[in-house]
Amino acid sequence: MKIAVCIKQVPAYSEGNMDEKTGLLIRTGLESIVNIYDLAALETALRIKEQRESCIDVYTMGPESAGQAIMESYALGADRGFLICDRAFAGADVLATSYTLMQAIQSQGTYDLILCGQQTTDGDTGLVSGALAKWLGLPGYGGVKKLDITGNENLRIAQDMGVQVLHWEIKGPCLIAVDRDIYTPRMPSLKLRMKARRKEITTITLQDLEDQDSRHYGLKGSATRVKKIFPPERTRKREVQQPEAKAAAGLILETVMNDQEAR
Amino acid sequence: MRNEKGSGILVYLELSGRDASEISRELIAKAYRLCRSNQEKLYLLYVGERTEAAAALTFDVPVDELWIYRTKGEFQADIWDKAFEDCIYDCRPAILLIGGTDEGRAIASRVAAAFRTGVTADCTGLTLDENGHLVQTRPAFGGNIMASILTEGSRPQIATVRAGIFPAGVKSEIYTAGKVVQNTWNNSNQNAKLIRIEEKVKAKGLEGASIVIAAGRGIKRREDLAMLKELADLMGAVLASSRALVEKGWLDASKQIGLSGNTVAPEYLITFGVSGTVQFMAGMQHARTIIAVNSDRDANIFRIAHIPICADLYEVIPEMLQKLKKPEREKLWKKI
Repeated sequence: MKIAVCIKQVPAYSEGNMDEKTGLLIRTGLESIVNIYDLAALETALRIKEQRESCIDVYTMGPESAGQAIMESYALGADRGFLICDRAFAGADVLATSYTLMQAIQSQGTYDLILCGQQTTDGDTGLVSGALAKWLGLPGYGGVKKLDITGNENLRIAQDMGVQVLHWEIKGPCLIAVDRDIYTPRMPSLKLRMKARRKEITTITLQDLEDQDSRHYGLKGSATRVKKIFPPERTRKREVQQPEAKAAAGLILETVMNDQEAR
Repeated sequence: MRNEKGSGILVYLELSGRDASEISRELIAKAYRLCRSNQEKLYLLYVGERTEAAAALTFDVPVDELWIYRTKGEFQADIWDKAFEDCIYDCRPAILLIGGTDEGRAIASRVAAAFRTGVTADCTGLTLDENGHLVQTRPAFGGNIMASILTEGSRPQIATVRAGIFPAGVKSEIYTAGKVVQNTWNNSNQNAKLIRIEEKVKAKGLEGASIVIAAGRGIKRREDLAMLKELADLMGAVLASSRALVEKGWLDASKQIGLSGNTVAPEYLITFGVSGTVQFMAGMQHARTIIAVNSDRDANIFRIAHIPICADLYEVIPEMLQKLKKPEREKLWKKI
């Protein structure tokens, strides 16, 4: 099978993380990692490769430093990596990002399966994979938490739609956006990591795409514009109380329980 | 569609049983208010097999036209989007509002690509500016700042909204039922076969809970959640969390409060070790009483909390557990 996996580099924390041993906040927020949902997508591809002869191509769009995400994918077992990197691609919204991904993927031929994480931990729109499927003219399935291949190469998937889970058998190429629980990503292997150092990353620039009109990419190709950013509205701040633990416990329980009994 | 003006608002109607779903009712109310301000049409779009239930709703909600696309079977993005495309080419709405459900996100993104237009996910505010553009407000950059986003050059302007953000009620000035338009369309798909539908076992949900306890990243170890679970059980509360703990895999995503999780509006929300990102607050700001415990005096959550308590949750929770268990112990003692 020819599989394309789309991955994104994101800041290492979103809400801030705590060191589980020391209980201290990890403040090195500038560190980048591969979006955890995308690692689950890559793991899904690697599991398929264990059963079926496959070639796994990884695509990431970002600055040159995003090449690190591809090196990490190599250490996990990806075959080829493509860094979609051009100044013209910067500042893209959902529309322009998905269009660029489509152009980049199509510049390398066709795939039997496109795998994405269903959302990122930074942008968090969960919309890029759906738009990409549409650009590619493929059916798209989001929220996929189980994927198997049948004897006749069809895909069997379980798609979480909130109140119910839909089990589909799909014939032909499609795009699957996976939930992070589909698989726990493996640890990178030392052997692959060593090998990764010698592996090349192919950079895809505007010149490599079929549509080279720069107005279709990046900020220019985006349909949405951020007009204003502002701090969120707050309600009037109340005096923060600093009671002893016992008093605090009493205050909380009385507030909740007394009101409840009164009604 | 570039340089197209369009007019009116199209709302995607999702049903829950025979009624409009919660999010659909909220979107219809929002769209109605926006339409009234400049006398534009409000359209609904329904795709599915419960067409009679959908049609009956035109008597209940202030809609001008309901466009129905009948099809059998479960939601499939690559079938549903054909109905959207057909409807949008005919109605030419300036705005398309879609619920931020699994289904809604899948369809919103495909329609955006089909019309080469903008889509803004999980809006928390929707207004019209002086030029008639939809001002879409949502938390951005990790959630500690708000952004107002416009789609100026293309139509429709697509926005998704999560349930619980806008109020549902609307006083209608329209006393006649909306027009129902039945459509035929190409809805075949030979490539996907539904094997079975698995109904999800609903755990005691966050929705409708009167007391919710939310755990944040102040919880140091996974084991410590047991203490919060015990507290929740003793208080008859439901345990939820901020995104941090869900990302760590300590709690299921169904327990997450926030813009990318659930929106809750319980009588009481008690947070422990939640810092209070905009992302989180967007999901709980309508709680009647917010009690926040955090050891950081400057925590954001204190700005919204009705009862802000600066204390160590690892000291407060054991005290609460002790107080809650005490009466039982006394009873036991009397028996002996």
